[in-house]
Amino acid sequence: MTPYASPSLPRLDDPMALKPAQKALGPIRRSFAPWLDPSAVPLIRFENVVKRFGDFTAVDNVSIDIHQREFFALLGPSGCGKTTLMRMLAGFEEPTSGRITLAGQDLVGVPPYRRPVNMMFQSYALFPHMSVEQNIAFGLKQDKLPKAEIEARVKEMLRLVKLETFAARKPHQLSGGQRQRVALARSLAKRPKVLLLDEPLGALDKKLREETQFELMDLQMELGLTFLIVTHDQEEAMTVADRIAVMNHGKLVQVATPGEIYEQPSCRYVAGFIGDINLFEAEVTASSGGAVTLKSEEVGAAFSAAGEAAPGASVALAVRPEKVRISIDPPPADATNVLKGEVWDIAYLGDWTVFLVKAENSEKIVRVSRANVMRSEAQPIAWDDKVHVWFAPDAGVLLTS
Amino acid sequence: MSDAPRPAGVSPWGRRLVIAVPYLWLLVFFLAPFFIVLKISFSDTVIALPPYEPVLDIAKGWQGVTEWWAGLDAENYGILFEDELYVASYLSSLRIATISTLLTLLIAYPMAYGMARAPKGWRPMLLMAVILPFWTSLLIRVYAWIGILSPEGLLNAFLLGTGIISEPLYIMNTETAVFIGIVYSYLPFMVLPLYASLEKLDDTLLEAAADLGSPPWKAFWQITVPLSLPGVIAGCFLVFIPAVGEFVIPDLLGGSETLMIGKTLYNEFFMNRDWPVSSAIAVLLLLVLVLPIAIYNNVQVREVEAKK
Repeated sequence: MTPYASPSLPRLDDPMALKPAQKALGPIRRSFAPWLDPSAVPLIRFENVVKRFGDFTAVDNVSIDIHQREFFALLGPSGCGKTTLMRMLAGFEEPTSGRITLAGQDLVGVPPYRRPVNMMFQSYALFPHMSVEQNIAFGLKQDKLPKAEIEARVKEMLRLVKLETFAARKPHQLSGGQRQRVALARSLAKRPKVLLLDEPLGALDKKLREETQFELMDLQMELGLTFLIVTHDQEEAMTVADRIAVMNHGKLVQVATPGEIYEQPSCRYVAGFIGDINLFEAEVTASSGGAVTLKSEEVGAAFSAAGEAAPGASVALAVRPEKVRISIDPPPADATNVLKGEVWDIAYLGDWTVFLVKAENSEKIVRVSRANVMRSEAQPIAWDDKVHVWFAPDAGVLLTS
Repeated sequence: MSDAPRPAGVSPWGRRLVIAVPYLWLLVFFLAPFFIVLKISFSDTVIALPPYEPVLDIAKGWQGVTEWWAGLDAENYGILFEDELYVASYLSSLRIATISTLLTLLIAYPMAYGMARAPKGWRPMLLMAVILPFWTSLLIRVYAWIGILSPEGLLNAFLLGTGIISEPLYIMNTETAVFIGIVYSYLPFMVLPLYASLEKLDDTLLEAAADLGSPPWKAFWQITVPLSLPGVIAGCFLVFIPAVGEFVIPDLLGGSETLMIGKTLYNEFFMNRDWPVSSAIAVLLLLVLVLPIAIYNNVQVREVEAKK
């Protein structure tokens, strides 16, 4: 038994391990949601973790539970503390206070070379004086595994990342994408309990990055490992992760599935950080039975929205651009939340067209995006056209903070 | 050469001139003196001025050239192998240079490592401290060592004064003194290339090694040492090559039993006034050193290639 052999895992095909389908926001990747199960024991626990560098608080009282087999993303702008949090799990930094446990074991004081986690570095950190093979074998040699097993494992890893023919090359003889694969193979070779990925795809071009994102997801499924990824790229986090933790200024802002983060952001910061959004600052005028009426000074209009809020409260109504409809003709009679405006700007993206509409009698720009389902339109919308924009009451989210 | 795009405003002649300068320098200051020494090494010693013959007499025309050519022979090289003093001097020089190089490496590596790990703001100051001894003449610094190492010198005064020893140490005029002198004098030549290669070392490589289960002392041997090898090789050759031919240090600090080729050469030249034999010694020394120099160059070139 290697020190990193996993304890018995809940199998994905075991009906007992799966939760009944919950009301989910956004598409469901798979029925895997151990975080909803109060009896599930998380694999990694950050408990009130604080990290200070002198006067600067990089990580401010963060508590997160990460479950076995989860693909978990730490997302935030640079300097938000996400990398520091990951480095504390790897053992390169020690928390100023708080506890980090892995499978019940307290990690504080355990040096990085004794932790059953492996990291894929942003710069890849491949050893330049070693061949691809030697790089992948490095971690296995430290464990003094038998030679035959090391060879077999290296072969397996090379096959996994499709670099069989490059085994003897040195890192400087590889392309960026190939180096990234070697780094991945090296960090997976020891079969760590947790794989840490620090901005793993940052150096790749867009096409390759998207491809690799899907490969990472397949790999994680196939190996049944727990992945923790740090990224500033929200699309990347949305693509790969089961759950995302959005961080800002060292604090945890929201932890939720990509669908929830997008459709049910907890605050203005998350709403603005993930994707595009229209935020209408407004005051609640009436509230009854899960529906509220709002008055927005900003656009001089009243809105109706789904949600709960006390009358008089200041809220923001957040509406995603793709949930706003646009037309030159007046909207259907039953349309709600209608604004009149003038087309300010149009961005044609091929699959989507984004319209920036300046609302009538205000400075507010409303962002509307529309999928180009048809190749041509009977009545195309052009610059300076007078248009109507509207959205359904349940299209928006009420944000109080 | 003609295929390479030419920078604007540089004429082909200007380019050739720039390339010619180092070659001209080598021709005038290395090749010409070398051929003079080579020629003298094939001459016979005489009591005259210059103290060797044949001397090329251009006035005699072609006959002068043939006479001059006929007068040259390799007899002096035979002497070098007949008299065991010379062979012993070469071997002793190589031995002393090898031991001193290893001692220098042993002392310089921790120094360079410490400098490379020091806070960024300190590094220029530390580099300066390494180079500082160069501001004083080597000769004066070696004389200073006489003051330190002699039986009534500073070192003995200190050790006797503190009661660590009761009899003075006789280091002066021994091989130990020569080792101390060489290690001291050539230390910067070892520290600087080592520092250059250690400073480039990416810290994340050590983090990656730790992450993969290698404790710091192991990572040092697995990552730091191999990656600093170009610096080790450069430093060793920079110390070894001049140390083999060292004259001042063995002459001032060494005793009569310290045999080094530089000293033998000096004696042959100035005491015996045997220019041809001393020239032969010099040429043979060069041949002995060509191999390590070639290896050194090869390593340097390969390193540059690898970076491309």
